Amino acid sequence: MAKKKSKEDYYLASQWTLMARKLKKHKLAQASFIILAFLYISALFADFLAPYSLDEFDGLYRNSAPTKIYTIFEDEHVGPHVYKLTKTIDKKTFEVALEPDLSEYYKIEWFVHGSKYKILGLVPCDLHLFGVGEGSKGGTGAKVFLFGADSLGRDIFSRVLLGARISLSIPFASAIISFFLGIAIGSVSGYFGGVLDMIIQRIIEVIGAVPQIPLWMALSAAIPAGISTVKMYFYMTIILSFINWTGMARVVRGKFLSLKNEDYVMAARISGVSTWKIIWKHLVPGFMSYLIVSLTLGIPGSIVGETSMSYLGLGIKSPATSWGVLLQEASSVTDVAANPHKLIPIIFVTITVLAFNFLGDGMRDAADPYK
Amino acid sequence: MEENKLIAFFKRDLVQYIIRRVLMFIPTLLLISILVFFVIQLPPGDYVSAHIAALATEGELVDADYAASMRADYGLDLPVWQQYIKWVKDIIWTPTDSAYYRLYHSHHNWKYSFAYGRDVWSVVNDRLGLTIGVTAIIMLFQYLVSIPIAVYASTHQYSAGDYISAIIGFLGTAIPNFILAIVLMYLSYKWTGNANVGLFTQEMLQNGIHLYNFGDFLKRMIIPIVVIGTSGTCGIIRSVRAQMLDEVAKQYTLTARAKGVSEGKIIMKYCFRAAINPTVSGLGGVLSSLFSGSTVTAMVLNMQIQGPVLYKALQSQDMYLAGAIVMIQAVLVVIGVLFSDIALAFLDPRIRYSGGNR
Repeated sequence: MAKKKSKEDYYLASQWTLMARKLKKHKLAQASFIILAFLYISALFADFLAPYSLDEFDGLYRNSAPTKIYTIFEDEHVGPHVYKLTKTIDKKTFEVALEPDLSEYYKIEWFVHGSKYKILGLVPCDLHLFGVGEGSKGGTGAKVFLFGADSLGRDIFSRVLLGARISLSIPFASAIISFFLGIAIGSVSGYFGGVLDMIIQRIIEVIGAVPQIPLWMALSAAIPAGISTVKMYFYMTIILSFINWTGMARVVRGKFLSLKNEDYVMAARISGVSTWKIIWKHLVPGFMSYLIVSLTLGIPGSIVGETSMSYLGLGIKSPATSWGVLLQEASSVTDVAANPHKLIPIIFVTITVLAFNFLGDGMRDAADPYK
Repeated sequence: MEENKLIAFFKRDLVQYIIRRVLMFIPTLLLISILVFFVIQLPPGDYVSAHIAALATEGELVDADYAASMRADYGLDLPVWQQYIKWVKDIIWTPTDSAYYRLYHSHHNWKYSFAYGRDVWSVVNDRLGLTIGVTAIIMLFQYLVSIPIAVYASTHQYSAGDYISAIIGFLGTAIPNFILAIVLMYLSYKWTGNANVGLFTQEMLQNGIHLYNFGDFLKRMIIPIVVIGTSGTCGIIRSVRAQMLDEVAKQYTLTARAKGVSEGKIIMKYCFRAAINPTVSGLGGVLSSLFSGSTVTAMVLNMQIQGPVLYKALQSQDMYLAGAIVMIQAVLVVIGVLFSDIALAFLDPRIRYSGGNR
């Protein structure tokens, strides 16, 4: 009886329900989805989660390693706190070093008031999730830099969060542009066939033949110098879409070729449904799942592309920041050897790329739930 | 007698296929050149004025004649499509009586690189051999490493080795090349005190590479090979492994096994030969990803290949040089695809009949 019930359930469930069920079995894909959701939500509320803003800096903390967090002050448990750094000079070598000033502690507090920002760009606010409070003797000026500071004394933790906005959204936006471009061009190619198909296929082949990163770099020459962050963002998105649509178009074309002679398409055509409506209402929903898979698997490439280009100074530039811009600080061996903490943004890039890959893999398995 | 005829027939068929394939190369080349020309035209303003303005800010005076002859050489006063035709024509053949030939003694005018102060082709050519050499070494490494691993992983499915190879492969694709390069450079510095940056030491550049310093050169190739190689290795391992698993499950394997053919022979003589086809056809893609990966990595590791030249060209908007590099790489990839298609036709007679339309 129970078996019959589950079978009935299977036949009644929609395609999307079945896919969701199949995806749920893929533990790695699920974990990846949670990680990605977490990353995207943190990027959305980065202003609040980051203790400092993009332009806050402290010259004293230049290149300082991650701030140590202590809990015990003079044999007494006072909760998580930090010490202010002071400059000390070695009497023999005259080397300047930063030492914590142990005479006064600064508690780390939840919900502190700091720099002003707007929640989601709308509601003005100055609350930050955590930050350094007043010192035990009323002093000010201690900083908590969880991932250390960069060469200008800016908080890398805050910048990773704020940079995630650009690093995570550009690939996403370009994937969506590629999505529509790919469907439009691929459907024209597959539905009409003939000379048009031939030309489009050759163009796709050629774009596929040109090595991605060199082509992206060359296209970045189109970005005029000294433009606003918003425009730069726009240009980067377009450049990354320039290559990605080809994969999508190929999938769409293949599916069109196999579906366009189906009876239901013929029926629609005979009933006088317009070509465009046949494409969007009858054909595209039939292979939407494959498109979404292709979309997901295209994102990691864009992330690497954006990071690489920004790292080289051909993409996003200061004062805006992205993970690639952050990694510019780690471009030489001496830099990295002296300040290994500057490699921390790498972890975020890698986790994101891995998560998208795993999620895409899981979705590929789930894309055809009837198999 | 009968057999000889058959062989002759197959040969003719293969020849026809190759001719067809080579002819298809021409329109592809044309499309690549259009794409590259589009890239060259991207920066706002025209190339010569930008260059002359740059010279003027450096305090150099440019006489009007020079500017006019430059404008004529680039065909800047023509409509865009005529500029394109002129550009292609100049690359294919520049007559002996042209100003370019008198200057550079070359019949192929790839225009002039402002960033390097030389003709574009000489800049490209400088590092072309090394770029191809390094890429070939890395590609060789990739196949030599990934194919045995794939065969092992497929014959020992779900074993520890299978999982480890999958994990390493995944990390290799997920970590952007340049990041891996930085990390390895750092580790190399930490462990050996030498970051192994650049392909050659100062001493090698002066004395050339000989037997006594060849070991050092190889040591300097380790990081590039690992960094650029691992990203593609994963793809090859995955595709060969999947193909092998498909083949091992087929009936003919079962038949061979039932007949008592040794396991090693089954794997190598039957399954592997069938499984290798898609890998051969993927050669173009591998080559493309190698160029892509080596571009950024070369900048981090300061390798003497084309990547850093492309970067320098783009920084100073030296578009004809940048365009030439992108074009050369694309053409090399297309040649790779051509070779792999021909190799595939050798391996698999069915492809010759179907015309190889994928």
